[in-house]
Amino acid sequence: MTWPLLSTVVFLPLLGAIVLLALPRRREALMWGWTLGVMLVTFAVSVVLYAAFDSSLPSMQFSEQAAWIGGLGITYHVGIDGISLPLFVLTTLLSPVALLSAWQSIPTKAKEFAVLMLVLETSMLGAFVALDLFLFFIFWEAMLIPMYLMIGMWGGENRLYATVKFILYTMAGSALMLVAILALHILNLQQGGGRSFDLFDFFALDLSLQQQKLLFMAFFLSFAIKVPLFPFHTWLPDAHTEAPTAGSVILAGVLLKMGGYGFIRFCLPLFPAAATAFAPLISVLAVIGILYGALVAMVQPDIKRLVAYSSVSHLGLVMLGIFAGNLAGLQGGILQMVNHGLTTGALFLLVGMIYDRRHTRLIADYGGLWRQMPIFAVFFLVVMFASIGLPGLNGFVGEFLILLGAFEFNRGFAVLAALGMILSAVYMLWMYQRVMYGEVTHEANRGLRDLSAREITLLAPLVLLMFWIGIYPSTFLRPTDAASAHLLEQVRSRAVLAAPVSAALTPRPFPAGEGAVDHAGGQTP
Amino acid sequence: MEAAALLEGTAALLPHITVLVTGLVVLVLDLFLPPRGLGQAGSRWATEAVSLVGLALAFACALAQAGDEPRAVFMGMAVVDGLGTFFNAVFVLIAALTVLLSAHYVRREDIRPGEYYALILFATLGFMFVGSSSDLVMMFLAIETFSMATYILAGLLRDTPRSLESAFKYFMLGSFSSAFFLYGIATLYGALGTTNLLALSQAMSAEGTSPLLLMGMGLLIVGLGFKVAVVPFHMWAPDVYEGAPTAVTAFMTAGPKAAAFAALLRVFAQGFGAPAFSEEWVPIFAVLAALTMLLGNIVAIVQQSVKRMLAYSSIAHAGYAFVALVAHNAAGAGSILYYLVAYTFMSLGAFTVLMIVARRDDQRHVFDDYAGLGATNPALAAIMSLFMFALAGFPPTAGFAGKFYVFSAAAQSGYYVLALIGVLTSVISVVYYARVVILMYMHEPDAEAPRIRLAPTSVAALSVTAFGVLYLGIFPGGVMQLAARSVAFLFPG
Repeated sequence: MTWPLLSTVVFLPLLGAIVLLALPRRREALMWGWTLGVMLVTFAVSVVLYAAFDSSLPSMQFSEQAAWIGGLGITYHVGIDGISLPLFVLTTLLSPVALLSAWQSIPTKAKEFAVLMLVLETSMLGAFVALDLFLFFIFWEAMLIPMYLMIGMWGGENRLYATVKFILYTMAGSALMLVAILALHILNLQQGGGRSFDLFDFFALDLSLQQQKLLFMAFFLSFAIKVPLFPFHTWLPDAHTEAPTAGSVILAGVLLKMGGYGFIRFCLPLFPAAATAFAPLISVLAVIGILYGALVAMVQPDIKRLVAYSSVSHLGLVMLGIFAGNLAGLQGGILQMVNHGLTTGALFLLVGMIYDRRHTRLIADYGGLWRQMPIFAVFFLVVMFASIGLPGLNGFVGEFLILLGAFEFNRGFAVLAALGMILSAVYMLWMYQRVMYGEVTHEANRGLRDLSAREITLLAPLVLLMFWIGIYPSTFLRPTDAASAHLLEQVRSRAVLAAPVSAALTPRPFPAGEGAVDHAGGQTP
Repeated sequence: MEAAALLEGTAALLPHITVLVTGLVVLVLDLFLPPRGLGQAGSRWATEAVSLVGLALAFACALAQAGDEPRAVFMGMAVVDGLGTFFNAVFVLIAALTVLLSAHYVRREDIRPGEYYALILFATLGFMFVGSSSDLVMMFLAIETFSMATYILAGLLRDTPRSLESAFKYFMLGSFSSAFFLYGIATLYGALGTTNLLALSQAMSAEGTSPLLLMGMGLLIVGLGFKVAVVPFHMWAPDVYEGAPTAVTAFMTAGPKAAAFAALLRVFAQGFGAPAFSEEWVPIFAVLAALTMLLGNIVAIVQQSVKRMLAYSSIAHAGYAFVALVAHNAAGAGSILYYLVAYTFMSLGAFTVLMIVARRDDQRHVFDDYAGLGATNPALAAIMSLFMFALAGFPPTAGFAGKFYVFSAAAQSGYYVLALIGVLTSVISVVYYARVVILMYMHEPDAEAPRIRLAPTSVAALSVTAFGVLYLGIFPGGVMQLAARSVAFLFPG
């Protein structure tokens, strides 16, 4: 038997957390060092995994399956493919970064914080690789508790309101998903498939359009809240504003990606006909989210809230790509999720850094920081350009692919989405101008310390990746090629089977591109 | 009755007899040990040790009977089968945990150990006979046995008006419900001429439904509904649970509830299980389950006392287990047993923390008493959070696995709406369970809040319950398979 590499990555942080529980509370440096070490080792192993991944195969790799709960046919089934791989590695990268950002800003209960970070990492990684729906649900729900405690224990003034809103929104979504998972299980039983919760068994189910629509909606609510898709987004600005920096980084960087990932992994292939039928509606919501998020971000007085609303806008774009139903859109969506994790993660780190110095996040309290903190200003500038999609940086590649896909799908949506990108440049540049340029308007801002070595270490890998993806995206796009094409093929063939008249998904041959699989054959209305 | 049959019957009821003898030994021991002064500590340890050893023996006897062929003993009054054996083990476990978690409480509140532990053991004996009875009269006697013991237990703090009120209310309403139950038995006897459950089920299949029969069935639902505290027969529960000594409340949320479910399984799943009858009672049960989940969870939100909140939570959890009864299939019956074991660990664990936080005189039960517990007592707060998240049904805990089994059984019988109400009310429940966690971690402690020292017995009780909650949550398969095998005979084929 080969070494279970995937499970090693998933459970290393949890093991680290268990050891950490035994470490004495007083030895703080030891605790931080241990936690960081565990996370870095986890990252290293995940990079090995990335290197060993065969990107020419569309199937699951590093699969492991073991019996778990016999009576219900539940197995411990994990595997990784090109869709989950980038998000998986993003998680192992952002976790140590988030931890490091908290090194000095978590004054109390440091041990609890480190334990929660490790538990959170395991549950996020598990959710990305779980192929058994019961297992997925366990990881999905298990993510909530550490995040909830993190916001509640180290959050801002209004944290109680934010935590309750966060947990109720996300629980309400997952409650319906649980019933839908049970329904799939029972349908599988009724159709003679035996007791199982395995994703691949559910792919073989024969579902009527009506059944697909109902089940799709149950899954949809859960994922849409997580993304968050307009109008299910209202928990996000509150949660972000109150969360500590590390919490915001993880929340924006990884947790929100769960929603998009869920749509790609479960909603599209399980209910292709329903996904096809709902695609226009979801795209409308996505476009509303893009514009609405951008407009609301523009008027935020609080930098962190501004970044939070910009997430709503950017993730609307991701959703538009996913539901465009073509390779460009899907790959763009996946890449843009990674991009958003890097840039928004970095933005929250930057906001956290000046908050640590000045204990305010209001734009009006700053001005003229450029001269005071030049290194900070340069980092901020690069990250901001990445966020608004300047060519040469990562955001451009993702947004370009998504718009390409959206254009094929529906030109109107593409035009409106592009408008949203212009708006994103407006609110970001305007915020940057007010914070960085001009004279120092508040005496407290004079002589602020520039970034320390620790803070530069935090930002450097993220910025490096932003350039890398921007200049040579193939490194990150290539692994997603085969899996994305395979997924679309799966959706298209089954959507046509189940619903002969599928006007919404009309894929056309994808223009030549590296590794792109030509899957022409869809009818054009 | 022949000597051989008597001997066989005695052997079959060895778990029950062991508990009875242990109870009597404890009672007698109490007479000979000094009640005051230096000897007092010794007499407490002695009664506790005897109780635990006796319960361990009873547990071993119950395990030894696992897998036995089902057989009726004592002229069809009692029965030894998978269901009874499983419940015997559960009841003995509940009693043992109760002894463990009470040890500190008994010392702190100066309760006479002899009568306390003897009553716990006698109540346990009653539970066990409920689970093993195959005759309605026998079941009535068993229910009365444990009810009497718990009435007294509820009023054990004689100087506290609340405890007395609790006992009195429990006694009045309990007697009332017993009368309903008895009247139901009489009506069924009038309709079919027997009180034996097997004979009843055969006679019913032969004769079909009749108004008298349905009336009897209805009266039994009311009688047992009171014992489970299912809405709308739940009125007594919050007051009784709140007023009773906390250790007794813990015992009452686990034991009598499980016993009442044993009775429900015996009477409805086994006795009235045939399709012709189940279509009469299943819709009623479905309404009761929905009402119980909704009311229990919604009313729990507005409580000011954690103890009262847990009382409503206990009502709500009975509602979840009721859903499995509604499913009326093999998976459902198995999941009831699983749910009861899971709930036992969660509830007893949570009440143990409650007892510790309440401190002397058992007073501190309002939410604000939990403020800042995470700072003053990190370990206690962490374990309480575990129980709260488990009760709310988060994975990977026993609470989630239990609900998952129950709802999947309901879905299998097509009760998707009931499953949906179940999951949505679970979301509601997060509001009040999370409130405890919020207070413990996100509020500052009282200035004078001291660090609480935990008694070794309390640590043991907390460790066992926490381990149970996690183990049953991560590896639910083993216990569920045992449960499924125990009830397989109810749904052959």
